[in-house]
Amino acid sequence: MLDQNTTTRVEMDWSGPERLQMNMGPQHPSAHGVFRAIVTLEGETVVAVDAVIGYLHRCHEKLSETLTYAQYPSIASKTDYVAAMTSEFAYVMAAEEIGKFEVPKRAQYLRVIVAELQRIASHLLWLGTWCMDMGGALGGGATIFLYCIRERELILDLFEALVGARLLYGFFQVGGTRYDIPDGWAQKCRETIAVIESRVDEYEQMLEDNAFFLARARGVGVVSRELAQDVGIAGPLLRGSGIDYDLRRNAPYSSYQDFDFTVPTEKDGDCYARYKVRMQEFRQAVAIIRQALDKLPAGPISSRPALKSVAQIRIPKGEAYARVEGPRGEVGSYIISDGSAKPYRMKWRGASFSNLAILPHIIPGHKVADVVAIMGSVDPVFGEVDR
Amino acid sequence: MNAEQARASLASTFGVEVAAGVPMVVTVAPDRWEELARYAKETVGCRFFNFLTAVDWKEQGLEVVARVDNLDDNVGLMLKTRLAPGVTNCASLTPVYRGADWMERECFDMFGIRFDNHPDLRRILLEDTWEGHPLLKSYAVDTPHPPYR
Repeated sequence: MLDQNTTTRVEMDWSGPERLQMNMGPQHPSAHGVFRAIVTLEGETVVAVDAVIGYLHRCHEKLSETLTYAQYPSIASKTDYVAAMTSEFAYVMAAEEIGKFEVPKRAQYLRVIVAELQRIASHLLWLGTWCMDMGGALGGGATIFLYCIRERELILDLFEALVGARLLYGFFQVGGTRYDIPDGWAQKCRETIAVIESRVDEYEQMLEDNAFFLARARGVGVVSRELAQDVGIAGPLLRGSGIDYDLRRNAPYSSYQDFDFTVPTEKDGDCYARYKVRMQEFRQAVAIIRQALDKLPAGPISSRPALKSVAQIRIPKGEAYARVEGPRGEVGSYIISDGSAKPYRMKWRGASFSNLAILPHIIPGHKVADVVAIMGSVDPVFGEVDR
Repeated sequence: MNAEQARASLASTFGVEVAAGVPMVVTVAPDRWEELARYAKETVGCRFFNFLTAVDWKEQGLEVVARVDNLDDNVGLMLKTRLAPGVTNCASLTPVYRGADWMERECFDMFGIRFDNHPDLRRILLEDTWEGHPLLKSYAVDTPHPPYR
């Protein structure tokens, strides 16, 4: 609608209705991190958005040029800290592709299990915080948030039992995984996903029978198929806009081809479609974890001998772009190697960065109250936006 | 267009070697950069703009890299162009892909590459007063930070 002039500031000699510039953030509770949106309003309607990011920028790309292939994976966790497993996954896959490392089947399955658990944990945090953004409309606001956090804790408990950490893991390493599952873990994991599966039904009932929720989500923040691809949004946003694309199926990695699952898509492209896609992804993730636990092969979890020094992993000259389907879409790592123990250049393709870039295209024309609903439906994690 | 058709048509249109592989890498001269992106989008069907970045090859100049995908036919293209040593100007892809807007701003921020015709070329991650462009190889990782404000 107002596509062409949304990222620029407001013209000074404007002679139409009175306009007001308002800051949302960088410390706005609905911003899910440190994000500042300078919105220009005509009455209650947003006419322009200038998105200001970078508050959490640590220059991971420069940092990775100073750290070896053995050191960086655990630091990669810190890009998207809500789905730390995903970023580690992409980085080690890129290094493995250039170095032609085999990854043992057991390690591939373990990677799938943690990646899918991570997807559930990440979607739970998204659902809780998004519903809290929608606030009073949900009868108290924080109800769903507390439920989701309660369930997410169960998954963090699993991660804690696996690697000893609850948020940033260092589970992946080039050539395999660093940890194997302890005794009894698989059973606990099955129990946890069964609980989550039943709770997802409860959430859906609570939300989809609520007229206020539907009114705030349906028809709000519509992204067309064409715009979605042009800006390069990924994951649930892309699938919510009717594009049937999922890397786990379209470009399988780490044995995803061994599992049966469907790729949920919705046509409408609004907040409700994105919500629907994620709710179905909960169930698909649970299905994948069950199959992976059932079929988990025996064997080693790493294909290379243990390291005596962190600079011991050397990969030949070359480049590779490896990508995984994270909770927020395509997370990719583009590594250029010069044959030493550190990358010559490493580019992060952060899903949240590309997803957030959609905001200036879809927010104008909506009311201020819808801005938080749209922002939440994008599910940005600012560690990954700013890297 | 499938991968093999894409490879052949890119090779004949731009007169360059395109190695088969995933993704296919196409390298052109900077003056054909925007034309390449337009061809990738309109003819090869790569409507999905994945990312754009650069690589500093020190005295051999900067290289701009963009990745675009055709999601229907599963074709991925890695587009590359090498700027001459000392050159920091490059054609902008914003007329072709709207997603290039933020990516080129980030690239300008980190490498100092000026994208001609970009509608809003300013820093995106670092503050406007920042000195230097951190991902250049000449920028030391421990460059002293000027006092904040």
